[in-house]
Amino acid sequence: MSIYIDKTSRVVIQGITGRDGSFHARQMREYGTNVVSGVTPGKGGQKFDGEVPIFDTVADAVAQTKANVSVIYVPPPFAADAMMEAAAAGIALIVCITEGVPVLDMTRVYPYVKDHGARLIGPNCPGLITPGECKVGIIPGRICTPGSVGVVSRSGTLTYEVVDQLTRAGIGQSTCVGIGGDPINGTSFIDVLEAFEADPKTKAIAMMGEIGGTDEQEAALFIHDKMKKPVVGFIAGQTAPPGRRMGHAGAIISGSAGTAAEKIEAFERAGMGVARRPKDFVELLRARL
Amino acid sequence: MNIHEYQAKEILRREGVPIPPGEIATTAAQVEQIARRLGGMVVVKAQVHAGGRGKAGGVKLAKTPAEAAEVGKNILGMQIKGLTVEKVLVTAAADIETEAYVGVIIDRASKRAVFMVSPAGGIDIEEVAATDPEKIMRLPVDPRYGLQPFEAMEMGFFLYKDVAKARAAARIMAQLYRAFIDSGASLAEINPLVTTPDGEVIAVDAKMVIDDNELDRRPDIAALRDESAEETSELQARRANLTFIKLDGDVGCIVNGAGLAMATMDLVKYYGGEPANFLDIGGSSSPEKVVNALRIITADSGVKAILFNIFGGITRTDDVANGIVTATKQSPLTVPLVIRLTGTNEEVALKILAENGFAATSDMDEAVQKVVALAKGGAK
Repeated sequence: MSIYIDKTSRVVIQGITGRDGSFHARQMREYGTNVVSGVTPGKGGQKFDGEVPIFDTVADAVAQTKANVSVIYVPPPFAADAMMEAAAAGIALIVCITEGVPVLDMTRVYPYVKDHGARLIGPNCPGLITPGECKVGIIPGRICTPGSVGVVSRSGTLTYEVVDQLTRAGIGQSTCVGIGGDPINGTSFIDVLEAFEADPKTKAIAMMGEIGGTDEQEAALFIHDKMKKPVVGFIAGQTAPPGRRMGHAGAIISGSAGTAAEKIEAFERAGMGVARRPKDFVELLRARL
Repeated sequence: MNIHEYQAKEILRREGVPIPPGEIATTAAQVEQIARRLGGMVVVKAQVHAGGRGKAGGVKLAKTPAEAAEVGKNILGMQIKGLTVEKVLVTAAADIETEAYVGVIIDRASKRAVFMVSPAGGIDIEEVAATDPEKIMRLPVDPRYGLQPFEAMEMGFFLYKDVAKARAAARIMAQLYRAFIDSGASLAEINPLVTTPDGEVIAVDAKMVIDDNELDRRPDIAALRDESAEETSELQARRANLTFIKLDGDVGCIVNGAGLAMATMDLVKYYGGEPANFLDIGGSSSPEKVVNALRIITADSGVKAILFNIFGGITRTDDVANGIVTATKQSPLTVPLVIRLTGTNEEVALKILAENGFAATSDMDEAVQKVVALAKGGAK
């Protein structure tokens, strides 16, 4: 078991002929992901790498190849439309890798996707991977190994860092989910934590948050009130100055709100394990498995 | 992206928001001319990207054109939170009866644009939120329908009992919302929104922050960027497509990915050092990006040692290695360099580095401890 994706996932890639889309399409296929189709308007009828059928619209791709997961690699000005198109076509899980989507676009996309009953992960995220089964997005497959730790994070490379250290220490992962670093994204920490709590394969969870907003504080309350499985948390940005956007659009301390100290305190109040540095995840999780 | 008060006011004025007339000046003589044209009492306001301009002495009232020139001379060139005042806005002084706050922000929790209005204006709204939360009305706007007239009226009545004033405020809120959406803003505020003894409702100060992700599709808004108001190294970094924020420490950090970059700074601190900067070279890094990154970091004389922390996912570590070699050949480093590098093409990268006399480790903690020690040694 795992969450969101597994061997049975049928993946369509929006923007499959683009620079990033084609590169990661190959990486995903190499990993064993069942990439059933791609979408590039105007290239319908062609085949990607001679094997994967390309369609003009997501609706066609769903009708012809029964895709139920979409991953989006289109440039920022078209990303909002791509997410909505996937939702309208009946895709159940939409993963948007694109970085730089205007936040006002997301205020329209979020309710639209929700009204269509789809789950959106991202934008501005590395996607997700269920080691040994399926990878949707850009998380490097070779750093992951199957196991029982669920990983959820707002960042990309920091996730790789932690997952790599876990794998080297012999601690495998059930599913790793990057929810993205934007102020408005489709899936929150709580959504993923809830899924991990319900997943029989996941025994413990590693959660990597960062400064800005209150998602981590709300997640801490959820962990305290609703979860039985142990969660170890980390917050990046303890040394970040207020008022500055630390790379991620969402990583900004506004006034005195959204600081690392406030979030770490919320973790402690919730009785979570707190990793002071990425390395600490290994011992804290080992003790909880 | 921050824009200046006078730029925000121009945007709002175009939407129809009533704002006292004003013009921008860069010399005391210009201040005097503008004050003479406007006639009567004027306010001279520093145009810098910093809050608390009033407290810093950057906003002054003047009764005569001569006094305006004097005030302008003092404010121009003044430092506010490390920024030099290059421009002042000279504007007709309003006769103020009451002061209110009206703002629109993107709210992460409701995932919508949210209005915040308060009859307690003129001061820091966060303070009001902390001490008198009942004095703030919040109204999330459904993006599918936009701000409705009855919603604007509810907020108008929250500010003013008088229906004429409530209507005037409601009209301003609709205009503010339109400006917010059309400019791709993440914040737009009028503080204070004032009433005059004649019963007029006017905007005396305005602030807008634009979502950086909107700039590509709004060239007119992107053109409002004032590069003279930016820190030089941050400006260079932005031009080189790097995300860079200068800090006060002595350990220069070059990292790929925002989360890992923050975690690296934190780890420097954890091991007793002080990070000199946040620098994210991004996902698909070319050797050129690394060259630019090193140039920016080494320009900071406070940097005593430099750390590369690269976890290659999309980033190819051999690109980074080539960048390090090229950059250090162009201009040899005068401070020690510690390289941590792992991931995509690491064998190639390690070979390139070794051939050019660089050592590298694959362990983040080891690298950070080493660079902190070197920075301390170099400081002696």
